[in-house]
Amino acid sequence: MAAPVLKFKNPVIRWIDYRLPIFSYLHHEAYEYPTPKNLSYWWNFGSLAGFMLVVMIATGLILAMQYTPHVDYAFDSVERIMRDVNYGWLLRYIHMNGASMFFIVVYIHIFRGLYYGSYKAPRELLWQLGVLIYLLMMATAFMGYVLPWGQMSFWGATVITNLFSAIPWVGDYIVTMLWGGFSVDNPTLNRLFVLHFLLPFVILGVVVLHIGALHRFGSNNPLGIDTKGPQDTIPFHPYYTVKDMFGLGVFMIFFAFWVFWAPNALGHPDNYIPANPLSTPEHIVPEWYYLPFYAILRSIPDKLLGVIAMGASILILFVLPWLDRAPVRAGTFRPVFKWFFWILVFDCVILMFCGKYAPEAYWTPFGGEIVDADTFTERVAELTGLSHEAALNAVGEMWGVNAASGQFGIKILRLGQLATIYYFAYFLVILPLLSIFETPKQVPLSISKPVLGGGQKVAHAAAKPMEKA
Amino acid sequence: MSLAGFGAAAVTWPMIDSLNPSQDVLALSSIEVDLSQIEVGQAVTVKWRGKPVFIRRRTPEEIKEAEDIDVATLRDPQPDQDRVQKPEWLILVGVCTHLGCVPQGQKPSEPRGQFGGWFCPCHGSEYDTSGRIRRGPAPLNLAVPTYSFESDTLVKIG
Repeated sequence: MAAPVLKFKNPVIRWIDYRLPIFSYLHHEAYEYPTPKNLSYWWNFGSLAGFMLVVMIATGLILAMQYTPHVDYAFDSVERIMRDVNYGWLLRYIHMNGASMFFIVVYIHIFRGLYYGSYKAPRELLWQLGVLIYLLMMATAFMGYVLPWGQMSFWGATVITNLFSAIPWVGDYIVTMLWGGFSVDNPTLNRLFVLHFLLPFVILGVVVLHIGALHRFGSNNPLGIDTKGPQDTIPFHPYYTVKDMFGLGVFMIFFAFWVFWAPNALGHPDNYIPANPLSTPEHIVPEWYYLPFYAILRSIPDKLLGVIAMGASILILFVLPWLDRAPVRAGTFRPVFKWFFWILVFDCVILMFCGKYAPEAYWTPFGGEIVDADTFTERVAELTGLSHEAALNAVGEMWGVNAASGQFGIKILRLGQLATIYYFAYFLVILPLLSIFETPKQVPLSISKPVLGGGQKVAHAAAKPMEKA
Repeated sequence: MSLAGFGAAAVTWPMIDSLNPSQDVLALSSIEVDLSQIEVGQAVTVKWRGKPVFIRRRTPEEIKEAEDIDVATLRDPQPDQDRVQKPEWLILVGVCTHLGCVPQGQKPSEPRGQFGGWFCPCHGSEYDTSGRIRRGPAPLNLAVPTYSFESDTLVKIG
């Protein structure tokens, strides 16, 4: 930060910069900021996440000017935005789908970090700030989903606030305080609106810290090795600004597809029914980005333990840098880790799948369909000639025979439990063990060598001094 | 230092307590329900404190079923007579003790689960004809609100 003050040509900028070196600072951090020269497009998602935050704040600010946070008016005010406000439909669809886009980008960003070991020393704090941003995002997205005051809004709010009632002794008091009443009602809507407005700016603050921590040691890179000097880096501008801009263009095509062609595909039709506190919808499902955690919650049939497991599944990321002690960062050079990593990705998809369907339902992997428990039992009874009761016992808790196609079925609950076990095992068992038993491949000695000199002759590259230092 | 800490605590508490239910919310805390129109086997749902309250006029079989169960085998052991003032009238807060959904089973068309009471669609909890938890993730029985019979056909809830 104590970088020398630059000489700018523009006299006004020079005058300001002499007194407040903000332009010098920006020049250092966003222009000449030395960045590893081998970053792939997986490193595009940090700036895309920043872009999404700006989009969400901008559209959200304008939507807030048209929205009424009151149980009697909220639903209608959102419909008014959709029908009467100029371009209201566009702003709302951007904001609504923007939340999903934000999560897609952030999930890719997180998994990129997991694969390339971006959480390892000296970037632990950078990683933890990222996890904090993710937690804040989840809270903000949940609160935003409540605001239209549809059926899913109301019952989502009820279920999520009730998670706190699992806390021993004080749980019920906490829930009453969160509600400001005896159920989710007007005081609840009001405070969630206020917090939904506030938290994005808190996120913005943490993003500044995240970038501050990033710029201390610079980006990790696909080789997971430190930059050794100027020959390994290029200035951020124009090289990465232009690369990020290209990625942004591609991403915006994807974003626009959802906004213009499938604006409600990621939501639930039930949320276009006004909230009714006396009737719970048949099937409550959270938004897709919460599904894996919902599956973890449901896979443990005890209320308190389920909530603890769900919380732990995210909090475990905070201690990840100390669970994975392997010195090699990039998964590219970790032959065993690589497999477990991709299983984790697949595992999260399975969890998402389990979160979407009723836990009592059966999935027939080969028949490729989801059948509810009754239908499944019927089919088994038909095939085996057993009575309904006997078939129920035969189906048991886990496996059964799908009579229609003669194939196996697995109960969604059990599948979710297996996936939950793997999720925790990855962090608590597999990574610590790999840190001890895995033999990593030879890591290149510098970023420049494999690019310029071919990967084989890395051995004597280290001895060479830097060309310019 | 301790004085400043005391001062900070003294200011913090009003801020936290302001989030709790306000006087006007607390004032709306009791309702009266006319029971004369409810037939045996029928159930009605009324709104109390923003929550549904189930009133079910149980059939003799339902009462017998609720009373005959071995209480010790229940997850939240409670004999039926502790949950009703008059065996015919079962009055419960219609909020699942798992995560707060409204269980189904009030209307004849809705599923009542294996135990003839209520079935929660959210996470599959099943309640019996006394509103006791029998299966699924919910830890407790459906709550019994405070109520009193003003007359044979009028009940005051809250």
